[in-house]
Amino acid sequence: MTGHNTSLARAERAADPTPSIETASELAGKDSRPLRFITCGSVDDGKSTLIGRLLWDTKAVKEDQAAALSRDSTGKQNDLGLPDFALLLDGLQAEREQGITIDVAYRYFSTERRAFIVADTPGHVQYTRNMATGASTADLAVLLVDARTGLLEQTRRHATIAALMGIRQFVLAVNKIDLTDYDEAGYLQISRAFRELALTLGVKNVISIPVSALKGENIVLPGTAAMPWYEGPTLVEVLERATQRAGQSTGFRMSVQRVSRPGEGFRGYQGTVSGGSIKPGDSVVILPSGVEANVKQIVTFDLIRNAAVSGDAITLVLDRPVDIARGDMIVAIDQRPQTGTAFSSRLVALSADGIEPGKRYWLKAGSRRQRVQVTPTAALDLQSGQWQPATGLALNAIGSAQLDFDEPAIFDAYDTNRQTGAFILIDPETRNTVAGGMIEGRRNPPGGLRGGTDGRVRITLPGHLLEAFRNSDFARSHAGEIRVEEGESSND
Amino acid sequence: MTAHPEIIEHGRGRPPLDPHLKALENEAIHIFREVAAEFERPVMLYSIGKDSSVLLHLARKAFHPGKIPFPLLHVDTGWKFAEMIAFRDSIAAEYDLDLIVHSNPRGKAEGITPFTHGSALYTDIMKTEALRQALDAGKFDAAFGGARRDEEASRAKERIYSFRTPDHRWDPRNQRPELWSIYNGMIRPGESVRAFPLSNWTEVDIWRYIAAENIPLVPLYYAAPRKVVERDGMLILAEDARLELLPGEQVRSEMVRFRTLGCFPLTGAIRSHATTLDEVIEELEIATVSERQGRAIDRDQSGSMEKKKREGYF
Repeated sequence: MTGHNTSLARAERAADPTPSIETASELAGKDSRPLRFITCGSVDDGKSTLIGRLLWDTKAVKEDQAAALSRDSTGKQNDLGLPDFALLLDGLQAEREQGITIDVAYRYFSTERRAFIVADTPGHVQYTRNMATGASTADLAVLLVDARTGLLEQTRRHATIAALMGIRQFVLAVNKIDLTDYDEAGYLQISRAFRELALTLGVKNVISIPVSALKGENIVLPGTAAMPWYEGPTLVEVLERATQRAGQSTGFRMSVQRVSRPGEGFRGYQGTVSGGSIKPGDSVVILPSGVEANVKQIVTFDLIRNAAVSGDAITLVLDRPVDIARGDMIVAIDQRPQTGTAFSSRLVALSADGIEPGKRYWLKAGSRRQRVQVTPTAALDLQSGQWQPATGLALNAIGSAQLDFDEPAIFDAYDTNRQTGAFILIDPETRNTVAGGMIEGRRNPPGGLRGGTDGRVRITLPGHLLEAFRNSDFARSHAGEIRVEEGESSND
Repeated sequence: MTAHPEIIEHGRGRPPLDPHLKALENEAIHIFREVAAEFERPVMLYSIGKDSSVLLHLARKAFHPGKIPFPLLHVDTGWKFAEMIAFRDSIAAEYDLDLIVHSNPRGKAEGITPFTHGSALYTDIMKTEALRQALDAGKFDAAFGGARRDEEASRAKERIYSFRTPDHRWDPRNQRPELWSIYNGMIRPGESVRAFPLSNWTEVDIWRYIAAENIPLVPLYYAAPRKVVERDGMLILAEDARLELLPGEQVRSEMVRFRTLGCFPLTGAIRSHATTLDEVIEELEIATVSERQGRAIDRDQSGSMEKKKREGYF
């Protein structure tokens, strides 16, 4: 049983407090990608202490950094003789001056089993956008609550944003458990309430842990002595076992970053695989043109590969000359994304000016940038969790918006692919990133158009218009996305 | 197969990268390609050190089978280790690099040295000001650098695309949000971006990647008997005639290596017996001090890196 192994491992660690020394060969055996997670909590929940404790107990803080820390934190040491961890984390002068975390900080630590990238996100409401930034790339969210106060409005807010950004694994760290005299009943009550909250957000993978970040209990080292009633894993054990983010249930996707033509005879399309996999011989379609081709080679610096999977940065060579430019998508021929000029989306407003109704922005998704008109329709009330009608979105607001494009856009729903379903909005004047967005799906086009079972839009036209439409520039440039049929009108 | 022979030549002949390093490599290549495609005049800062060596290797991978589509820039203070300059020139020749070397003419004209002007003023003129001169002269709108977030507290908060005003300033309180792996490369005339493909790498990652990819390095990173002198708690290499000994200082031979490389009068060696890559990695795994501990310029005051970065330092 795993329970037995776990307690054995704990016994060994307790007997040998020195950090394990890994040789190069053992390190090379670390067989997973780094786990990315965010930490969120309210101002006094002890978030800095928790991260400080993680870094401290995994030996990620070096002596000279600790020395600078104790030099800067004179008189602020706690009763365990540890430095003020907030000073380690709040790297900007403004943060030190104001004593608050303003911006996302990225920290790195590792255990024998895995490497971690933690995005430490600010707790204040006015920095919701920074939390969304950290959450966009995270596999897991650690939410912190104070064992004495339980869930707060902030907890709901953070859990909602994390779920909205696609995080499907939550860890609830019930901190300062030592200040409740390790009260099991209180812990269970908070834990149950949080599980219910997570379920309303569609998150089923929830683990609660009673911790004392200050004393280092159940963070890296177990708190069995103080909490014999808790038999679950420590925080680090949960992080070691967590899975990478899912959400790529689509077929092959690659957004073309650049066309490589080093000389006559070689033409390769460079990009990062953002869904599915590919191998030589596979049939692909180029969007938006709809031209079809087969993969001839997958070229990388090291060798000609026999396959590439999601995440790989590659160069594709196709079997025939086709016109492909930066921003085009190369996708699986039998599992295509949605193509169209009207989509619905969720937005997080990141700029002080908010999102203005009907304004035209630049939208960037993958390597594709195009003009879009944005029409907000609703905003999420983070206190009640209810959606309310809205026409504009203020800074830090989360809302729904309709996107209307001049040229066809190519997306998957964010639920099925976090890369091909995500986008940013850029203000054309300031050139700032003003929103992060997640595609819900293509909007129903107006009468006469409807989605077909093959992913193409069917257009039904009277016979006398058919020929002229098929010869139009529009029909030619959308050959792969539409199916034109003869008929009187669309009525089903 | 109908493959191009020049590609097959790069057959790996080594075990594949583990998923952790592969993920970091993929991310860096993605950033290289994105910047090269979106900006008009990119340049890559090349400082000859281990991070720059990894950066250069990744750039070659990103654009293979083509050449690196931008020049490299080395800001030469005139006080680099002699072995660094020799290494730079041999690498530039071997890889057929378009290398720009720039030194601030004020250095020679006004006799600015780390000994006479102090490390702070010297760094400001010979590194920060020199960098600004070179970027302006080349009208570069994007500059790649090898900075990592784990190096220093203010860097932990810096974006992968770090925006600079027309006078090269960084405003840490007003950074653009950076979500997913979608980078906003839109800037206004005169503005520029510093791009950091190695943002998410740690020092150990760098060394493990160097080992896995067999990347050549300046020999100073490996331990050897070298002439050193102890000054202000640092072991300074005493192999350059321009180093004048102060009263009481003695040159002695010690087994040392360097964890970072900069200007020789400002970069301390560490006592070490790590003569191979594996030994260096093993030493790092048990190291109890950070790599920037050997850098005099970081020790002036807390937050000194943030201050320098605001003024245009990399």
